[in-house]
Amino acid sequence: MMETLYGLLIAPFADFAFMQRALAGSLMLSLGACPVGVFLMLRRMSLSGDAMAHAILPGAAAGFLFYGLEILPMTIGGLIAGIIVALGAGAVSRFTIQREDASMAAFYLISLAIGVLMVSIRGSSVDLMHVLFGTVLALNNEALTLIGGIVLVTLVSLAIFWRALVAECLDPLFLRSVSRLGSPVHFIFLGLVVLNLVGGFQALGTLLSVGLMMLPAAAARFWTMRVEPMCVLAVLIGFASCVAGLLLSYHVSLPSGPAIILSAGVVYFASILFGTRGILRARIVHHRHRTA
Amino acid sequence: MTKTCLTFRDLTLGYNSHPAIHHLDGTIRRGSLTAVVGANGSGKSTLMKGIVGVLKPMAGTVVRAPGVRAAYLPQQSELDRSFPARVVDLVSLGLWPRRGLLGRYTREDRDAVSQALMAVGLGGFEKRPIDTLSGGQLQRTLFARVLLQDADLILLDEPFNAVDTKTVGDLIALIKRWHGEERTILVVVHDLELVRQNFPETLLLARQPIAWGETKETLRPENLLRARRFHEAWEENAPWCEPDDHKHGGHAHDHGHDHHHGSGPRAA
Repeated sequence: MMETLYGLLIAPFADFAFMQRALAGSLMLSLGACPVGVFLMLRRMSLSGDAMAHAILPGAAAGFLFYGLEILPMTIGGLIAGIIVALGAGAVSRFTIQREDASMAAFYLISLAIGVLMVSIRGSSVDLMHVLFGTVLALNNEALTLIGGIVLVTLVSLAIFWRALVAECLDPLFLRSVSRLGSPVHFIFLGLVVLNLVGGFQALGTLLSVGLMMLPAAAARFWTMRVEPMCVLAVLIGFASCVAGLLLSYHVSLPSGPAIILSAGVVYFASILFGTRGILRARIVHHRHRTA
Repeated sequence: MTKTCLTFRDLTLGYNSHPAIHHLDGTIRRGSLTAVVGANGSGKSTLMKGIVGVLKPMAGTVVRAPGVRAAYLPQQSELDRSFPARVVDLVSLGLWPRRGLLGRYTREDRDAVSQALMAVGLGGFEKRPIDTLSGGQLQRTLFARVLLQDADLILLDEPFNAVDTKTVGDLIALIKRWHGEERTILVVVHDLELVRQNFPETLLLARQPIAWGETKETLRPENLLRARRFHEAWEENAPWCEPDDHKHGGHAHDHGHDHHHGSGPRAA
């Protein structure tokens, strides 16, 4: 019995270095991306994350075009493209009457088209698949270091700007009336989104890296009424999804990226049903009430 | 220590090159309690935004006396009520001027939050999620936050909307307490009876000040009539207001410009 469990759960990680790297990489990603996802969701920018993920493509493609399948140029390229789109869309929404959803859509669509164009100029479809879907099982030291650095920057920034970030989500006009931090915090936050998406795309691909950001956050929303526990819970759900997804991909030989995101998807659906603020609980509690 | 808290110099505030406050001059005394009244669109909220600095002037300036900290309760809050926060989290934002971005909340800070809630009659509401509050309770929560900000200049924009009579009484008492503490207070109010009873000074606006001074004088029938004749709509082809095209002096007089602005008050 114990041996079966060991074989199922521990052995893949104990025996194979590539699984250890994949685990380390994806756990680190969860640590940074999940709290960022919580704030994205609370700012009603869940789909902006998706848009940003697409926006990164031309940068990564440019790196790929000039240097081939190398992590550093592709990452830096992705970072630059993401920041241009985030700043551009953010600036348009801050300084014109257009709302962020529209400006973001415009910027990311342009960016995506450029990206697809660039990949198709040179790459075969195999390369395109790699950029789009990533390979968590092929993370090298360089990639792990990069992800580690991104997580560190993310956690430190969140710790420093936490109060301003909460205030900017909860009551932006109030923050503007007591401090000039409103706009800077918004852009710093968009920067963190880009950073974490770029960190994720080597492992999960540009399209799915946003999944590890949003799904645990969306699931955690069904369990708690406060931001701090929500972030912690999102990270834990992210951890669980990574472990489950990697094991699934190992045992059933599924592609690792989708396996991780689908594991998070399972937690999401379970949360909708069974969460303390989920469907079933709301139905049951509604039948009973207190006197005051 | 100066006697002036706020100075308006030829202040014009507005949107899309149309003025909502037009060439306002004058001063607000330190420790004064002023009601700002006027019809819809007469520039009351715009003036508040201009004072607090979230709206940049199109011309002229608002000068705050050095060291004056403002607290602002907007008419249309951008508060996100679906945000997972408790009453205590919302009120604690009022600690920002004291603690800033990184300062830790101390034991005293938490006591101050509880006391502020107690003062608006919401003792024991600390742990309530904000999406379960009624409109009036939320308004009182925001009052508690203003209380906690401990500001010298307090700007309240229609604070009595959606608030029941008893609560209006409580909030007025709170405002009078602030007045007693020598804080400078500006309140946008619609209920003129309330103004007559509780506010020593009044600014009657209709894009330009119609009258400004002691409440009894300001709210005289002829002034109210003049304010009522004010033309609310923007006119797309209103002539441009030239720099030397107006006179401005101290407040409480010179309200009607003696030339005709397309966008100014006009005889009906």
